[in-house]
Amino acid sequence: MAQKGLLKEFTKGIVKENPVLCLVLGTCPTLAVTTSASNAIGMGVAATAVLVCSNAVISLLRKVIPDKVRIPAYITIIAGFVSVVQMLVKAFAPAINDSLGIYLPLIVVNCIILGRAEMFAGKNPVLPSILDGLGMGVGFTAALLCMGIIRELLGSGSLFGMQIMPVQILIFILPPGGFFVFGMLIMLANKLNTRAGKKVKTTPCDGCPMADNCAEKTCEKTAKEATLNAD
Amino acid sequence: MLIKSLVAVFLAAILTENYVLSKFLGICPFLGVSKKLNTAVGMSVAVTFVMVLSTAVTFPIYTYVLVPMGMEYLQTVLFILIIAGLVQLVEIVLRKYIPALYNSLGIYLPLITTNCAVLGVTMLVLQKVDSTTAYTYTFGHALVNAFGAGIGFLVAMVMFAGVRGRLESADIPKSLKGLPITLVAAALVSLSFLGFAGFVDKLIPLG
Repeated sequence: MAQKGLLKEFTKGIVKENPVLCLVLGTCPTLAVTTSASNAIGMGVAATAVLVCSNAVISLLRKVIPDKVRIPAYITIIAGFVSVVQMLVKAFAPAINDSLGIYLPLIVVNCIILGRAEMFAGKNPVLPSILDGLGMGVGFTAALLCMGIIRELLGSGSLFGMQIMPVQILIFILPPGGFFVFGMLIMLANKLNTRAGKKVKTTPCDGCPMADNCAEKTCEKTAKEATLNAD
Repeated sequence: MLIKSLVAVFLAAILTENYVLSKFLGICPFLGVSKKLNTAVGMSVAVTFVMVLSTAVTFPIYTYVLVPMGMEYLQTVLFILIIAGLVQLVEIVLRKYIPALYNSLGIYLPLITTNCAVLGVTMLVLQKVDSTTAYTYTFGHALVNAFGAGIGFLVAMVMFAGVRGRLESADIPKSLKGLPITLVAAALVSLSFLGFAGFVDKLIPLG
């Protein structure tokens, strides 16, 4: 039974709660680094590594970190791991480092990582947190890879650098192509979700970890906390 | 020459290298807060302010503390902490001394800490610093770049708020409703900004 629960923590991030296509988090790297499939994998693996490590540490420290300073504490932990990953990538995969450029250190502000820290790792034991991070990371990588393959295939006619199509539609690897392909993928995810009878997200704020700080959401949050306390 | 290059940096940050539409930084507020014009403007002004302020702090710290001590690897950790601290400080100061401004901008400030555009501006500008070429970025260039990036964000947000206003009354296929159509609209706005490619170099040739 317990094993079944753990497996669920892992698989939910891949399909049901895919961070990119269902929760619509981490849009910046999704759009920016998916000009080729290999970039997408590099970004996905780097973010997954940070996600698993930070989830593990945050989960271990969840009883030590005072509630009031938890967001700065989470950011510091995440930034530490991002620096480690950055140095490792620079040393072992300099080509990936060059093509990811600024987006590698920007994993710090990737809302998926802070979001999982806030929503999951800060409340759950270590093992489920690690599996949750791994699942979300795999889901993120899969979505990036999907975008990367579509954009590389249409935009430069190649796949992982191998030329396979004679036609190239340059616009797909330019910024507008990124927005367009992402829009189409979300449309597909919405379509499948509606068919399965699930609720569809309408604003990108719904899954955002910082949404609680928005003025419009403040009343909702206090209402939620009141019900939680009542429980 | 200096003025000319400053103008070039400013225009490039707004038009050709727009942080939202060509570098994909700050997409979350771009999609999330652009529904109404006044919130879009409020958010952009707050972002511009924080961008300039954090560049003004991080640039000297990087050049005069981290580089001489050979600790460039601390950049990521240090920058995000500086930005988070600054945002908190600005919020406290505004609340105490300029409550009117706090009421209009204060609600956006906590959101800006994890805005990738702010961190991106402070980090990207350091890649332009190369003392071996004649066109290296000085502290002045960095500040102008940050201000231009903020104004570019404002321009993109205001334009997009207008586009979304028109989308409200449009007849949209069911599956495209909400986020997908917003992204397709963003693609078209971004496409229009591609038209500026090479514009600044032609207008103000440097060397």
